[in-house]
Parts: sequence; structure tokens; C-alpha cells
Amino acid sequence: MKRAALLALALAVLVAPAILPWDFYVNIATQVLIAAIFALSLNLLVGYGGLISLGHGAFLGASAYAVIFLTTRAGMAQLPAAACAVVFATFLAALFGPIALRASGLGFLMITLALGQIMWGVAYRWVEVTGGDNGLSGFTRPQPFGLDLSSPHAFYVLALLVFGCSFAFIALLVHSPFGAGLRGVRDQPRRLRALGFDTWLIRYAAFVIAAFWAAVAGVLWAYYNQFVSPHVLSLTNSAEVLLMVIAGGAGTLFGPVAGAVIVVLLKNVASAYVTRWMMLLGIVFVVIVVFMPEGLVPGLARLRRRSTGGVARPRTEGA
Amino acid sequence: MTDGPRLPDGGRVTAGRDAAGTSAVTAALEIEGLSKSFGGLPAVRGVTLQIAPGERRLLLGPNGAGKTTLFNLITGDIHADSGIVRLGGRDISRLRPHRRAHLGLARTYQVITLFSSDTLLHNLTLSLLGVSASRWNPLLPLSRRDDLRERALALLERVGLSQVAERKLSETSYGEQRRLEIAMALAQEPRVLLLDEPFAGLSREERRDMQQELSRIPREVTMVMIEHDLDVALSFADRIAVLHQGQVLVEGTRTEVVADARVQEIYLGA
Amino acid sequence: MRFWLVQSLNGLALGGLLFLLSSGFSLIFGLMRVANLTHGAYFMLGAYVGLSVLEAGHGFFAAVVAGALAIAVLGGIIERVLLRRLAGRTLAQVLVTLGIAFIISDSTLLVWSGDPMPLPVPAALQGGVRAFGVFFPKYRLAVVIIAVVAAVLLLLLLERTRIGAMIRAGVDDMDMARALGIPVPRLFTAVFCLGAALAGMGGVLGGPILSVYPGLDMDMLPLALIVLILGGAGSIGGAFAASMVIGFLYTFGQVLFPSLAYVILFLPMVVAIALKPKGLFSADAA
Repeated sequence: MKRAALLALALAVLVAPAILPWDFYVNIATQVLIAAIFALSLNLLVGYGGLISLGHGAFLGASAYAVIFLTTRAGMAQLPAAACAVVFATFLAALFGPIALRASGLGFLMITLALGQIMWGVAYRWVEVTGGDNGLSGFTRPQPFGLDLSSPHAFYVLALLVFGCSFAFIALLVHSPFGAGLRGVRDQPRRLRALGFDTWLIRYAAFVIAAFWAAVAGVLWAYYNQFVSPHVLSLTNSAEVLLMVIAGGAGTLFGPVAGAVIVVLLKNVASAYVTRWMMLLGIVFVVIVVFMPEGLVPGLARLRRRSTGGVARPRTEGA
Repeated sequence: MTDGPRLPDGGRVTAGRDAAGTSAVTAALEIEGLSKSFGGLPAVRGVTLQIAPGERRLLLGPNGAGKTTLFNLITGDIHADSGIVRLGGRDISRLRPHRRAHLGLARTYQVITLFSSDTLLHNLTLSLLGVSASRWNPLLPLSRRDDLRERALALLERVGLSQVAERKLSETSYGEQRRLEIAMALAQEPRVLLLDEPFAGLSREERRDMQQELSRIPREVTMVMIEHDLDVALSFADRIAVLHQGQVLVEGTRTEVVADARVQEIYLGA
Repeated sequence: MRFWLVQSLNGLALGGLLFLLSSGFSLIFGLMRVANLTHGAYFMLGAYVGLSVLEAGHGFFAAVVAGALAIAVLGGIIERVLLRRLAGRTLAQVLVTLGIAFIISDSTLLVWSGDPMPLPVPAALQGGVRAFGVFFPKYRLAVVIIAVVAAVLLLLLLERTRIGAMIRAGVDDMDMARALGIPVPRLFTAVFCLGAALAGMGGVLGGPILSVYPGLDMDMLPLALIVLILGGAGSIGGAFAASMVIGFLYTFGQVLFPSLAYVILFLPMVVAIALKPKGLFSADAA
């Protein structure tokens, strides 16, 4: 009963922006959805794989650059360009994976940070292709099958559909045998190996899958902004998405979505009052890590369990 | 390839019989000149052992004799500096640990390294998945795999843990965790099972249960055990190898080993 | 020929700056297992502090000392107040240093505005010396000498002093160091301050060559990472060699392939990671 009510509420919240007339809020809702896809993808690594990446922005950025470059500079049609962009960024992850996965823990974090900086350096310096600091612009949203996506509402619906797909895929994945293996790699890699799991390949597969969904988010990001600059590949952007995952609750399905809501709202609200987003980001980062390391969703769930007096269900998820 | 990957559900013929009537010749587990040093300190020095199919072998030796390191070398957790490991006649020295598991090598650990925030059932399911091709399936919910669940429950029943199947591992007793270790190893239908101090830290009754558990394991499974408790261990063993400072000091039957002067020296300080 | 000589000196000078930046980064990582992502911000903030001291009419030497001291104090406070609170949670510590890096980065923008500002070369070191028919800028020679002196002093500190012996013991085996009764918390603070001071000093010394601008922090941080990966954790000699390699690569890369110079920097890192037999920081550690 209660569950049905919650579900109805969630659906209402998701559908509302498609109907409501305020463009400003619809756009923010779209931003949230794109950020949520991005955060969900990173959560596969951070929450389920125990691999903290500070270079996940590389894949969103690579795909955003690729789709804009292919359509505006190479004259490709919209849909093939989008597909190529996703393939390109996923392929990039397939190349980066073996380097990053030479280490886990801190080593992985440092190598992903360095790899992310390479991408930033390429975007910033390879002016002939990337437009350097000015970035690439002159991009418009596609009109698949004659549908006009230039209105905020129509684009919101597209983002919602893609978000639904990514959420469903990731929900299935984390409850699948592969997902069980991935969590096992996080908790007891040595034991899991002895049980017959190829721990390296599991991590590698997770790395590439995470990059794939980041790339999908990247295409949407490019459509939404119709412009791309090296900022999308900056460490700030990778840190932002990591904050979403950690703030919401790593290793939970809804955590990254909640984190995306919080960070996007904070960013939009803050920019209306102060121009110091980076400082705010830094402060929130420190506060969350020091005071709420498990994240919002698991924290609230624990409070709720306590207040209803229910017995804690054996939770298979957890950071 | 005589050792094709196992079918998810089927049992498997042991390698000894695979090799067309030469079962007496092919050892289940064969170690030849295995050595490993850590930072110049030799831990295992040129160990050579042959363990026949179905044999129960006990590894004895004081702390630091290199027994657990030997297990880690056999399973591939660490790389040997030199030497060969053969499983059912096949050289597995260069295979990675998960491949060795697929070929029928299972082990338990001295220190419990299970998935403590998961249920016993989930732990066991992971063990079943490890040797099943469906471990790569990213879309089918694990909860719908009734076949895995039933097999896991049957195994838990076998070691007397079915009433705590849904309990989190961290909420179970040490003895229960030890028994789960055995069940997880058996779930892999191993042909060679390495047991690292299965009796350590157990109470008197738990020891008796464990002893029964182990005696019920069929002879198709070859077992190698590290144990300090000689009372339970001696009754288990067909043959015994005593390790000392990384080398095999004595190898033989129970009576031969117990009578050996060098063994007496190590254990009794005579 | 002339080109190669001049560029080599530039490479050495950049390598010297990188050494000041990354020797502390490497020591901190080696001892505390914390990748201090604030290190680039220390370098930049040091340069800004030096700039303000210079603008207030003090000499260059005073600017270097002020930059080093200010950053040492800041580093000490961060270590005492935040990192210690998270002792044992390495990843949390690293994320906190990242958050602080953002805060510092934005604060400097607020205080010193967004324009790139070169620090003036001190009067005594203006001009150059002639050798082999080439004109070498004195200041860059001085930076190289300072870096070499700093490396020697650090090595002496580590090899010849009591505190150095404690640091080496901690880098080798922290549990053993604790068991031996080494005051680990105080040692952490000391090393953190030392590393921060070196970075702050490097920032001021780098000012006349690199200038100081928003984003200098994020430009320098990856370089410190690369030096750590190439040189090995906690090794002064390794950090020195790696700094020089990167200094040369970047300098020549910049001249020969300007659009790809930044990428070339990472090639030795990728090679080092690929070649190390067991990976860098041993997979599955913790």
C-alpha cells in the first residue's frame, strides 16, 4: 500500500516536468536526469565494484565532443553520429581499462585522475579538432523521425526515456549473477578468485559498461547544451559526479539519483545567489566525506528502520 | 584437452579415470620442486609431493614451515619462483587462480575470508556461480535462479546449516562459518580439496561435527589438510608429509612418520 | 645546437620546480598512504603568497620564505584538523584533500582575481651568463641549483638524522614503526608540513618562469602524480630523476609538438604502469 503510494509519487514527479509550463524547471529536471544517468554509471564502479574513479568525466566528455564534432565538422547525420560517439567513448574505456586496472584502491584513483587529465589536455591543446579553449558550438538537437526536440518539454521526455533504460539496465545488472560477482570483487577479491571468478575481467567489464552509460549521458549532455568545451573534461566535473554518488549513497540503486538531484539543485540554486560554485562543491565534498560517509539514501533508510522498529533486513547492498 | 570445462550441473569424471585405465599412475595432485622466497627469505624450498586420487593427506609442521604458502602456490594466489604443479596430470603452474578452480581445485582458508555482509545462502550461491558459465549473465536476476537456490539449500542442509540459510554471515557463529567454508568448497565439486586448519578455533563438539562432515566426503575427492590438532588429524590421514623450514622433512604413513626421529625432535624437542 | 642547450636548461629548471612540488607529494604518499590532491593548490597558493609579499615591497628571498612558511602552516592545520580525524580511512582522506583543493582554488580566484601574473625575477638574478657561445638565463640556473641543494638536503635529512630514520622506518613498514615506539602522529604532521613547505616554495620559485594563474593548481597536480608513479613512493632519488625526465619531456614536447605536449607527458606513466610486473600499488591492496 505504502509502496504503491511511493511509486505513484515517484511517477508523478517524473512525469510532471513533461506537462508543467515552466521552462526553467523543466530544464533543471532534464539536467538532473542527465546527471543521474552519469552518476548511475559511476556507481557501478564506485559502489558495486569498490573502484573510486576520478576520471569518469573523460567518457562523458569524449562522447560529447565526438557527437558534436561528427555532426558539425564531419557532416555526419545525427543518429549515426550519436551512435559513433558512444562507441568511440566506450572504445576509449576499453583502452584505458587495462592501464587503470593495474591497480585498485588509491592507485586506481590516481591513474584514472591522470588519464582524465590527458583527455582534458587533448581537448585544451588540440585546437584544430577540439576548438581548444573555445570548444565546439553550432550544434543543434536532432529531429529523429520528424520529432522536434528543441522544446524543453520534448527533450525532457527523451531524457526521461533514456534515463529509464539506463536505470532498468543497471538495476538488472546489480541483481544479476554478474552483479553478485562484482560486489564479491569489491569485498573479497582473493576469495572470489579462488571460487572461479576472473576478478580482473569482471572489473574490466564493469569499467567498460560504466563508460558506455557515461557516453550515453554525454550525448544527451551535448544535445542539451548544444556546445562543448574542455570544462566538461575537467577534474571538477569528475569530482562532481563522484560527489553525487557518495552524497546519495554508493552501492545503492537510488543513491546516485538522489545525489544527482542534490548536486544539480545546489548548483542551480547556488549560482542564482553566489558565483562560487567550486568553493561550495569543495565544502560539500569535505562535509559529506567527514560527516556522512555512507551517503544520504542508506542514512535515511537506517533512520526509517529505526523509527518503524522493523528488523533490519539482510542488506546485500552497501558501500 | 582431457579436462574440458565442467557442465554447470553435472558431476565430472575424475582425471585418474579419464586417462584410460592408467588411474594408478596419474596423481590427483603433483608438486615438483616448488620454491618461493619473500624478499630473499625462502618460505618454500623445492617441495615435491605426489598425492594419489582419493588420498587423504595431512601436512604437518611447526608455524612458519611454509604450509599455507604451499597452499597459496598450489591455488595460484601467489606465483612460485620455480617448480611445477600438476592437477590430474595437467600442468597448471601458469594458470590463473580462477582457471585452477574450474579444473577442480577448491580450498578453505585458515582465516575466514567470506562475504560477511551477505547471507549464508548468498555466499554459497557465489560458490556455485564461480564454476557456472552463468556467472557472466548481467541481466537475469539471481533471485530467479531457483536451481542455484535449491542446490545451495541442499548443501546447507548437508552441513546442518539450513535453519540459518537466510542469516547474515556476520550474525553467525565461528563454527557455523567454518562449516559454511566446507560447504562452499564442496559446492564446486572439486577433485582436489585443500583444507587449511579446518579445526582451528572450534569447540570440542564442533570438532566432532567437522570430523563427521569431512569423513562423509566421498573418495572421489582428494583431500590435503593442514592441521595442528594431531588427535583429529591423524585419524583423517592416509599419508602424512612433515614440512620444516620450507622443505619436506619426512613423508610416509602415520606410523612411519610418528616413529621418525627427526619428527620427534621438532615436535618434542628431544 | 644552441636550441638544444637552451631548451635543456629550461627542461632542467622545470624539472627542478617539479622536484620541489613532488618530493613532498611522494614523501607524504610513501609515509601516510595519502595521495594529497591539495598539493597542486599548495604550489599555486605559495606563488600567490609570494606575489603579495613582493607587491608589499619585500625582497624575493622574503617572498620564498613567506610562501614556504604560509603553506607549511596551512598544511599542518589541514593534517591536524581534518586528515587526522579520518585516520585509517585513506580514501576518505584523499577525497577530503580534493575538496580542499577546490576551496583553495576558488579562494585564490576571489583574492587575486583571474589574470595570469608573472612574478618578477629578482634583481641579482636578472640577465644571463655566457657559456659555449650560448646565453643562459641566470634565474633558471639558480632554480636548478636550488633544486639540487634541496634534494641533497632532503637526502641528508632522511639518511643522516634521527627524524629521517623514523620517516624511513614509517615508509618501509608503518606497523613496525609504531611497534618501535615512533611517535607516528607527530611524524605525520612534520612530514605533511615539510611537503607543503616544499610545494609552497616551489610555487614562489616557479612564479617568474610559469607565472601564477587560476588553474595552475590543476596543471601541476597531474605532474606530481606522474612523478610519483615514475619515481616510486617515498623515494627522493626517484622523485628527482622522474622530475627531470618529465621536465625535459614537457619542455621539448612543448617546442616540438605544441598541441600534443601535454599528452606526451603521460606516455612514460603509461609505460611504467604497463611494465611494472605486479602493477603499481599491488592490485587488491586493502
